[in-house]
Amino acid sequence: MRERLEALKGEAVLVIGRAQSLDELRETKIKYLGKKGELTRVLRGMGSLPPEERPVIGSLANDIRGCLDQMIAEKEKQLEEASLLEQLHKEVIDVTLPGIKPESGTLHPLQLIIEQVEDIFVGMGFEIAEGPEVETDQYNFEALNLPKGHPARDMQDSFYINPEILLRTHTSSVQIRTLIEKEGSVPVRIICPGKVYRRDDDDATHSHQFTQIEGLVVDRGVSMSELNGVLLTLIEKMFGEGTEMRLRPSYFPFTEPSLEVDIFHPEQGWVEILGAGMVHPRVLENTGYNPERYTGFAFGIGVERIAMLKYGIDDIRHFYNNDLRFLRQFKTV
Amino acid sequence: MLVSYEWLSQYVDLEGITPEDIAEELNRTGIEVEVIYTRDPGVSGVAVGEVLFVEPHPKADRLKVCSVNVGKGQLLQIVCGAKNVAKGQRVPVALVGAKLPGGVHIKKAKLRDVYSHGMICSAKELGFPDKVLMKEQTEGILVLEPDAPIGMDIKEYLGMNDQVIELQLTPNRSDCLGMWGVAHEVAAIFDRELRLPVIHDQVPMDGGLSEEVRIVVESDEDCPFYTAQVVKNLKVGASPQWMQNRLISAGIRPINNIVDITNYVMLETGQPLHAFDYSKIKGGQIVVRRATENEKVVTLDNVERVCDPDMLLITDRENPLGVAGVMGGASSEVTPETTEILLESAFFDPMVVRQTSRKLGLRSEANIRFEKGVDPEQIIPALYRAVQLLCQLCGGIVASNAEVEKVGDVEDVIIDLRHERLVNLLGIQISQEEVMDIFRRLGFPATLEDDIYEVRVPSRRPDIMLEVDLIEEVARLYGYDRIPATLLWGQQTPGGLTKSQKMRRTVRHLLRELGLNEVFTYSLTSEQAEQEIASLHEGIRPIRLAMPMSNEHAVLRTTLLTQLIKAAAYNVNHGNGHVKIFEVGKVYLSDEELLTCLPEERFELAALITGKKTPTIWKSTWSDGHDFFVMKGILDSVFERFGLRDVEYQAAQLEGFHPGRTAVCIMNGEVIGVLGQLHPKLAKRYDLDEPVVFQLDLESLLDRDIDIMYHPIPRYPAVTRDLAMTVDINMPAGLLEAGIREVAGELLESVDLFDVFTGAQIGEGKKSVAYSLVYRAPDRTLTDEEVQEAHHKIVKHLAEFYGAELRQ
Repeated sequence: MRERLEALKGEAVLVIGRAQSLDELRETKIKYLGKKGELTRVLRGMGSLPPEERPVIGSLANDIRGCLDQMIAEKEKQLEEASLLEQLHKEVIDVTLPGIKPESGTLHPLQLIIEQVEDIFVGMGFEIAEGPEVETDQYNFEALNLPKGHPARDMQDSFYINPEILLRTHTSSVQIRTLIEKEGSVPVRIICPGKVYRRDDDDATHSHQFTQIEGLVVDRGVSMSELNGVLLTLIEKMFGEGTEMRLRPSYFPFTEPSLEVDIFHPEQGWVEILGAGMVHPRVLENTGYNPERYTGFAFGIGVERIAMLKYGIDDIRHFYNNDLRFLRQFKTV
Repeated sequence: MLVSYEWLSQYVDLEGITPEDIAEELNRTGIEVEVIYTRDPGVSGVAVGEVLFVEPHPKADRLKVCSVNVGKGQLLQIVCGAKNVAKGQRVPVALVGAKLPGGVHIKKAKLRDVYSHGMICSAKELGFPDKVLMKEQTEGILVLEPDAPIGMDIKEYLGMNDQVIELQLTPNRSDCLGMWGVAHEVAAIFDRELRLPVIHDQVPMDGGLSEEVRIVVESDEDCPFYTAQVVKNLKVGASPQWMQNRLISAGIRPINNIVDITNYVMLETGQPLHAFDYSKIKGGQIVVRRATENEKVVTLDNVERVCDPDMLLITDRENPLGVAGVMGGASSEVTPETTEILLESAFFDPMVVRQTSRKLGLRSEANIRFEKGVDPEQIIPALYRAVQLLCQLCGGIVASNAEVEKVGDVEDVIIDLRHERLVNLLGIQISQEEVMDIFRRLGFPATLEDDIYEVRVPSRRPDIMLEVDLIEEVARLYGYDRIPATLLWGQQTPGGLTKSQKMRRTVRHLLRELGLNEVFTYSLTSEQAEQEIASLHEGIRPIRLAMPMSNEHAVLRTTLLTQLIKAAAYNVNHGNGHVKIFEVGKVYLSDEELLTCLPEERFELAALITGKKTPTIWKSTWSDGHDFFVMKGILDSVFERFGLRDVEYQAAQLEGFHPGRTAVCIMNGEVIGVLGQLHPKLAKRYDLDEPVVFQLDLESLLDRDIDIMYHPIPRYPAVTRDLAMTVDINMPAGLLEAGIREVAGELLESVDLFDVFTGAQIGEGKKSVAYSLVYRAPDRTLTDEEVQEAHHKIVKHLAEFYGAELRQ
């Protein structure tokens, strides 16, 4: 019986080793180790053995079973590995084929600039104010120290609807509205993005409609050095650390002292990007703030100007033609 | 203002200072320099020559052979084709080897067998633009003054070595509309000595005062200061070359010695002057008065101007002699025959001059200066200066006193400046010595006591009226680049976006993620476009500009769609076939015919898609009208983002929209949006392929608070049942769904349409619709019986009220 068992083991080992597939292996397992398998069949003859041999043969049979089980398990693992490898091999794809993208759109480049500037100033504790685009002459000019007939009105030729109502020529009118609304309280820290309108023929550098961002700070003891600091923060965040900036004296009726800000552009040299200044005492008076007690600064950023510089755009009309070949270039920002 | 470097150097010591230095420092201290250019357009080897003989050319009728003396004993034979060449003239001669603008090189040439050793030049050949030339100089060779030094380099003679600095003046700096003002500024910036010409208090009188001028100013407000003086014995001719050169550098055309002197003195002092032919003034009196209605004046440019009582005239009572501060009249113009003039120097009300020049559409060097308000202290000196030059250069004799008609005296402006205020406002540390030194350089007399400066502001600087104006003066000479950059000081503020601002951002970002491109369009549109398509708002009238620049931009939009359609059309025209765009912007609403108050401005969102179709989203034979549902899906995404679950769509018919493919969005009984395909007629007009649009009133979405309340995740399984039925082809799916929900009860969790089709197997006039219904209870596993009961109730209800037949 021992011989038969050993022979059976030898045979089974060979068959297991030759198995080519998991199915074959499973059949082999049933054939030798199953309930009606070869091993069982051999063991059925146990009854004819002398009682003292029975435990020895039983133990041998168990060893054989255990050994074959283990071999089968190992072979199974091998075959599974092989099958997986084959599957992986079959599933190879060209990973350099293009991806299938969900269609994605774009924000307008002017909106991108507005949001960047808003975020910079919100980070500095500014609120975002808004005001009407159809404005009174009073708020657009008079209260900003630009009485009727003031020569500086020539700087901003306007679209009037009637003698008292016009399309605002700058977002500075929101300075007036904000200060009146705040009723003399401080600190005032706002920026105001918005559309403005001037009687200009549309060409590469002019647009009858364009976009400004106004800024205003009023508080006790506000100085020009703080204006300088705020502008420097803005410029560095918009154009990168180390961007050179210079302040030049200029003239606006609603600020005194007034200034213009240039940045150094690697190709274009010094380029003007915004106007600013200390709020004119008459503007404070006109809105109920005592200029002896409070001072402030204001600035006006040309959004198109910034976008043109930042993105290298050469014609302001691109912003309003809305050619998709233009707009789609702003996907990455 | 064009500033000649040569001229300026007469008044300020510019030793070691280049025009570029001046430009840089002016820019740094507040006067913008547009450009610096040289008067030399690229001329070399051209000298003054004298035409000794002119002979006819033996072989060409139109050519002449000239002998020209170009100095140093050199006599050249030059062939010349100009008609005006004549013996004895001094002319510019381009010698062999000379270079002229436009790459012209002069070589020895043979013209019809006659050698020419150079060329006699015209003004144009020397690069002079027509606008600075007298009419007779625009044709033929340039004839120089008889005293032009033979052999002299023409660039030296004609001042072409000069450099011109072009100033871009802000309206407050009218003081720099004169060379003397510029000299003050430059002297202050560089701390250099000023050397202005001495003006004699009164000019010497040689011929006795034969004339008496009477000046009548009818309104002091229009003209608070008027002076005039008569000069006789004048001989009209060309002014000296140096004066012509300076005028040309300043961009002014030389005309004759008298007119040139008035212009020259205006450029020096900033005070415009006018010379009237005295013999044309009746009764020797000047009356300054308002024009009568429709009073006609022929101005110097020979145009008849129709005036009105808002305009101020200079008259001899009856006849207008000129429009005050704007332009002289033709009748009293200085002509070659003029021998006596009345010279005017005055102050005219800036507003009156400004309005008059606008109404007449006339801009002159004079009115540019009067509009800004001239310096009253300069009125008499300018008159004296011009009279002095008239006597020196035109043989003039003073024939009257300088008559002065004037209201009051100009008081000196004295301003106190607190040192503390200066330091605090600028945020700088500056010593009192430095401040005093800045006032010295500016030429502002100042004293300092108890930390307060008392500053006397010269009348040439009317822009300085307040303490803060002085602070700016100090700051700009101190140097803005020396102002430190400090952080915002004071109480902290939270900052942030308002709800409405956040919402607009969200909606923009959402639409971007949904594949749309944001556009920015003009708020001004055409009246016709406004009428083409319905706005969301009823009973409004588009607001019209008083004076539009074009019909295309004449009214304020009441819908964003007109401009979106234009943007789409632009793209389609430029080969961008597939367009998906949106805009967030304002519409301007008023029901008034004439605005008495500001209109309502509301933020709207609009979108448009047209062109190549995207792949279908649900399988259907109903692929027609596909973009409508794409757009509806986008709109639903917007509603979903803002938590609006109760927006209903109702079929509607609106101007500009497809009558069968348009819906209004209704929330709380109010129309808040429109979704639809554009009417084929409108689409065709703009060459758009089945464009689908929506417009949505963003403000009405704002009232909603977006509160998220957590619902427990279901613990028990759901049961899904499909429901396919045939209904009348016109039965709105929205109604069916509402019907399902109406009777389903609490067990129904969701209803999703998954199929719609028509076809022969369904039968004429019918369509098949199929829904997937999901049932679930929160607290137990549903039994088959429970689901069956609920489902059956729905089927029965649909059959009864909607004529639906269950399909197998």
